[in-house]
Amino acid sequence: MNNFPALTVLTALPLAGAVLLAAIPDGRKSLARNLALAFSLVGLVGAVLLWAKFDPADTNIQFQEFHAWIRNPGGGDLGVDYFLGIDGLGLLMILLTAIVTPLSLLASRNIDTKVPLYHSLVLFLQTGLFGTFTALNFFHWFLFWELSLVPAFFLIKFWGGPGRSAAATKFFVYTMVGSVTMLLSFLAIYWATKTFDFIALAEKGRSGELASLLNVRVEGWPDLSRRAFPLVIFAGAFLGFAVKVPLMPFHTWLPATYAEAPTGTTMLLTGLMSKMGVYGFLRILAPLFPDQMRIMLVPLLWLAVITIIFSACAAFAQNDLKRVLAYSSINHLGYCLLGIFACLKLTGDDPVWNREKIAALNGVLLQMFSHGLTAPLLFCFVGFLEQRGGGLRGINQFGGLRKVAPVFCGLMGISIFASLGLPGLSGFVGEFLIFKGSFPQATWATALAVIGLLVTAIFLLTIIQKVFNGPLNEKWAAMPDLTWYERGIVLPATALMFLIGIYPQLIIGKINVTAMQLAEHLRF
Amino acid sequence: MLAWTVYISFLGVLALLCLPAGMARAARVIALVIALAGMVVGIAGTVCSGMNGVWFPIAEKPWVKSLGIEYFLGADGISLVLVLLTGIAAVTGILFSWNVEHRAKEFFAFYLALIGGVYGVFLSFDLFLLFVFYELAIIPKYFLIAIWGSTNREYGAMKLALYSFIGSAMVLAGIVAAYVVAGGATTNLFELAKYPFPEPFQFWAFPLVFVGFAILAGLWPFHTWAPTGHVAAPMAASMLLAGVVMKLGAYGALRVAMTLFPAGLAAWRNEIALLAAIGIVYGAMVALVQKDFKFVIGYSSVSHMGFVLLGLATINGIGLSGAVLQMFSHGIIAGLLFAVVGRMVYDRTHTRDLDVLETMGLGRTLPFAAGVFAVAGFASMGLPGFSGFPAEMQVLIGSWYAFPTYGVMAGLGIVIGVAYTLRAMQKAFFSDSVETPAEAAHPLPPISLPEKIGAILLIVVTVTIGLYPKLLLDLIIPSFYSPLFDGLRQRGAF
Amino acid sequence: MSYLELLRLTAPEIIIVLTALVVLAADLLVLREDPLRNRLQIGAAFAGLGCVIAAGWLLAVAGPGGELSALSAGGMFADDSLTRLMKVALLGLTFATILISTEGTFTDHVGEYLALILLATVGMMLMVSATDLLMIFIALELTSLSLYVLTAFNKRDPKSSEAALKYFLFGGMAAAFTLFGLSFVYGLAGSTNLNDIAAHLINKGGAVDPLLLAAMALTVVGLGFKIAAAPFYMWAPDAYQGAPTPSAALIASGSKVAGFFLLARVMIVGFAGAPGSGSWHQYSTGWLPLVAILAGLSVVTGNLAAIAQTNVKRLLAYSAVAHAGYALLGILANDSRGIGALVYYVITYGVTAVGAFGIVSVVEEQTGNARLVDFAGFGRREPVLAFCLMIFMLSLAGIPPLAGFFGKFYLFTAIAGGAVNLGWLWLIILAIAMSAVSFYYYLGVLKQVYVVAAPDSAPGPRSAMTTRVVIVVLALLVVAFGCAPDLLLGPLSEAIHGVRF
Repeated sequence: MNNFPALTVLTALPLAGAVLLAAIPDGRKSLARNLALAFSLVGLVGAVLLWAKFDPADTNIQFQEFHAWIRNPGGGDLGVDYFLGIDGLGLLMILLTAIVTPLSLLASRNIDTKVPLYHSLVLFLQTGLFGTFTALNFFHWFLFWELSLVPAFFLIKFWGGPGRSAAATKFFVYTMVGSVTMLLSFLAIYWATKTFDFIALAEKGRSGELASLLNVRVEGWPDLSRRAFPLVIFAGAFLGFAVKVPLMPFHTWLPATYAEAPTGTTMLLTGLMSKMGVYGFLRILAPLFPDQMRIMLVPLLWLAVITIIFSACAAFAQNDLKRVLAYSSINHLGYCLLGIFACLKLTGDDPVWNREKIAALNGVLLQMFSHGLTAPLLFCFVGFLEQRGGGLRGINQFGGLRKVAPVFCGLMGISIFASLGLPGLSGFVGEFLIFKGSFPQATWATALAVIGLLVTAIFLLTIIQKVFNGPLNEKWAAMPDLTWYERGIVLPATALMFLIGIYPQLIIGKINVTAMQLAEHLRF
Repeated sequence: MLAWTVYISFLGVLALLCLPAGMARAARVIALVIALAGMVVGIAGTVCSGMNGVWFPIAEKPWVKSLGIEYFLGADGISLVLVLLTGIAAVTGILFSWNVEHRAKEFFAFYLALIGGVYGVFLSFDLFLLFVFYELAIIPKYFLIAIWGSTNREYGAMKLALYSFIGSAMVLAGIVAAYVVAGGATTNLFELAKYPFPEPFQFWAFPLVFVGFAILAGLWPFHTWAPTGHVAAPMAASMLLAGVVMKLGAYGALRVAMTLFPAGLAAWRNEIALLAAIGIVYGAMVALVQKDFKFVIGYSSVSHMGFVLLGLATINGIGLSGAVLQMFSHGIIAGLLFAVVGRMVYDRTHTRDLDVLETMGLGRTLPFAAGVFAVAGFASMGLPGFSGFPAEMQVLIGSWYAFPTYGVMAGLGIVIGVAYTLRAMQKAFFSDSVETPAEAAHPLPPISLPEKIGAILLIVVTVTIGLYPKLLLDLIIPSFYSPLFDGLRQRGAF
Repeated sequence: MSYLELLRLTAPEIIIVLTALVVLAADLLVLREDPLRNRLQIGAAFAGLGCVIAAGWLLAVAGPGGELSALSAGGMFADDSLTRLMKVALLGLTFATILISTEGTFTDHVGEYLALILLATVGMMLMVSATDLLMIFIALELTSLSLYVLTAFNKRDPKSSEAALKYFLFGGMAAAFTLFGLSFVYGLAGSTNLNDIAAHLINKGGAVDPLLLAAMALTVVGLGFKIAAAPFYMWAPDAYQGAPTPSAALIASGSKVAGFFLLARVMIVGFAGAPGSGSWHQYSTGWLPLVAILAGLSVVTGNLAAIAQTNVKRLLAYSAVAHAGYALLGILANDSRGIGALVYYVITYGVTAVGAFGIVSVVEEQTGNARLVDFAGFGRREPVLAFCLMIFMLSLAGIPPLAGFFGKFYLFTAIAGGAVNLGWLWLIILAIAMSAVSFYYYLGVLKQVYVVAAPDSAPGPRSAMTTRVVIVVLALLVVAFGCAPDLLLGPLSEAIHGVRF
């Protein structure tokens, strides 16, 4: 255990930046932009350092920090500790956050009003994300989970498109509904176990103790059977995460929100905030409720499949590029959930099955990272298009841009292919591993999910066809290509996509142990 | 030492009454000094008590020997928490009333009288004395609203006064009955708590006293005085009303009804919890459709007090402590909300109609107010990081023990709370349809320094307690293990 | 029983009678030519002096070492610590009334006025001492007749005569009823002494004689009139409104105090053998249910009727009816605690009433009338007096820490009875509920005083210092009795303990 409170410092850094930025007067735009960028880059450096120092062979939680917070055995004990730590999953997410945030800031050059406030809110959001991914006690985790909603709300509300008020409100209220049910469930868990500690709870979940603690007759609900109560609790927690990912049919807040939010914010939403949901599934839901998830396995698989297929079809039907990408985002995360759910199938101690699970989970983690890279990048490109097009982003409003802006089309094309899952790019490895691992375990579901892949390919290629290829739309004859600045934003991320696509070991090396641990947990 | 909170306040009243009329500035300063002194004494007393929530006596003198009534003051953790709340609310209320000019000295005299009475209630451990202070507080409330209030003030003031008086009449009936049944020898709370009142007696005495107090706490369906009263009241009085006076009712219910008649509580807890849960949801739903900004906050107070009552009904350690923490938390948050609505917005724009405010673009002209309201709104929603969260969390945990259904209803109330807060925030400050920017019509005076200080003080308190509730929980939870609550502990799931 | 003994026992009454004669003589013979104000002041000075001497006599001449010369003069007249306390209270109230009357410009006949006040006081003092049926009647008549005339004193206002006539006719009827009832009692018991009557009735035991019931009912009617209990209160609103304010003050304070004490004595001592019970589940015939009905009706009628009033004097009249109801609770308790509560309540009520009427007289002075609207802006014109008015109104409403609250609390605890039988609970709950109603109209008066803006017309002449001082002193007394009830309760408890009541 490292004595230097690395995680606290990492989380506090953007917070300090946010407070500093809030004090800057409105006119100093470039100061605000640069300051924010500086903070986020320092955060990136910190995350990379963590990545380097992370010991891939150690199965324990690393970089732990522990202080008693609201504890008093004589009274006033709420079981709340200041408990931070990361394993491979947390590390990956921190790195992702640290990478995407500067990208988002760089892509926010077009924000012209209340610039310091905007950047301050972005850094607040980053704080919330770091906090969520490092917290190991429910109170602390929930604090950051909820608090990350506030800057997101304001980012959408103040700088968004024409429908921003409704979108922001919808986003906030939907997510809060999920949060409240999750809160209720966790309070019930506390009631049964007297602890908020994720690690301890995961242990209880694994050993079955949690289930037995929850298998009680609740005094106020005499008619509820003993087995039904844990299911109720599970449903509450599930709802909270399902809204966040999102899983269909809890996704209805997403298209409007992604479309109305300013580009930089959408990058954060799709790249990072959606991962909070998947993170929750992996860190909290699966370890604590293995039995319940198993009971609900078939419906869950169905939900995942429906998410994959329907969102792809919906993406295909959209005209607004941002909405296409929004639904595509839902689709990709559906694969992650498919991978997780598939691993739940009870298979005993057979090492073969175990290997499949580990593969699937590795795939899930990789897909989280890859999607976290490609989706923001795609939105960034659409943002560039929107700027050049004076606010237009309909799929049919462009055409033949390849002729006037070849670099743009080329780079965006790469991102599209990465999203598609072309081998050589980061998307492939993750999707491949997920399918490889899930197919033996949840055959039919995986088979159906392939349809999703197909439809994804269709709509993504459609974009290429309609926007890049085809006859040149005379309106855009004078469209400028990517500026050097913009290339500077995009190229590193693209390079990373290639890197991971060719040498996924870079990531898998660090996270494999975590994937193995998760597989252990889900084995029960 | 803590008794000085009461004495100082009444001395302040005398001082203010002796001021010649028209010296508004002097009146304000005197009032602020007195309130600050009271707050400092309260804090000092709390810190000196050892911060362990154990009960200690402050003053004990025989008063009316023939009836066994004593002048008996003391404090346990719960009293101290509420004394702190009163101090903070008093000071910030005066800061926000810095612009009162009309009959200023009488305003602050009534204000300090109310504060003095409230301090007295929280520190009394003789039933008669507690009742004296409790009733005493009704009169300043009436005048504060009737003279300096706004919409419908005379009606609102009379309604509030009558409801309060009816509530205390019920309490008086219960107290007299308890006193007599216990032998008519003493009104000391500790003695009476030990007395084993027969169960059939408790069965009707408990609801009488509990409802009598809970009327003031906004128990549904006796809450109707609250929205009208809050809207009619001038801003500082609303802050006190919602922030402190409603807590008087809840405190009375806890300290008197639940302590003396635990068997009655056990018999009626389901009904109380039901009413509380209905209050949470009803208050929230009604707040969602209000046109008047202040009505939104008024109904939200009813909703939040529902949490207090729900927590009280759970009769377990964590639910009860959540209830007391929610009393403190809501007091601060309600103060903040009313400050924004009443002082920052209404005093400047002279309208509380949300549809009109929507056209004014206040987010741009009053950014400080917008920011404060955003913070207050999120705190009111129960977002973690603010004091409402640990309080509501504890109440919900407690209700898993006893009333899961009502706990889920309370959760529903939280969600609706998010909705109405966002709606109000949206309409008042961050609306998109700005037709007549307020600055074009006539420039709005900027937020003054006392307002800023008051707002920041309240925000700091709610954030501190939100992140480190242990400060108060260390006082609250041990209080429930004192002999006073023996009967309660036997009946509950501690 | 020697005359000297008699003289010593009735010394206070004699002093007052002499004072009355002196005042009358002084005014008629010497001061005829002087301006009204001087005559009033000199007359009041004499009268006041007389009251003070009488009170001093009562306080100084204590019974030898605790042994009380109780019934004397052939059992007609009681002189013990309790009656002395009552007389001192009565004299104090009269003193205050006299001081207030120095303001009055309603009559030229100063001497007669003050003499009548003093004679009424004599009657009241006799009422509290009387232990014989005939004595009771004489005392009642002396008081009533004096009060009738006092009511009529404002010859310039037809309302005054109308009020007096109503009072007189009503009172005459009531006197007839009383006499009738008392005669039945005499017939049943064979003696006019209350203790003998009690002994006789107790010996009878068993079921209550219908004749006795009739007698009790008639007596209650007669005495109920005196205390303005429902349904015998019809004279009160007109009398309070029409009479000149000092007279009204005396009616409201002194005659109430004396009337209640007398009623208590007659019922508790005289009819001790036939109490009956008005408790919820145990009804049995006797005087208790009668008085309980009276109490319930008074409380309801008085409070509900007061809500609609627009004239403060009438409002005070109806409130007097209500307070009569509360006070009757003390009698219902039928024990020494109840008596203590009753005495405390009526004395403090008397103090409050005189103070309230004092303020009414100030307002009348300034605006010419005493309607609610005339009180508008009083808080700005006269801050000190308005504060005193607030104390009086809140005391009447029963707000702590004032005397009215403690009185009500004491009454409720006295009547609530033991742990087993809370039979009077229905009445207590009714009383408390109506008390809540009363809060509304008292607050209404205060609303006029403090909240409503003052009218533009200039206020009238300022009232003299005497009235102000009296009002402030009375207000302070109300606060003192409320915050430190032992001030009054201490001597009261001692007095009651020594008495066979």
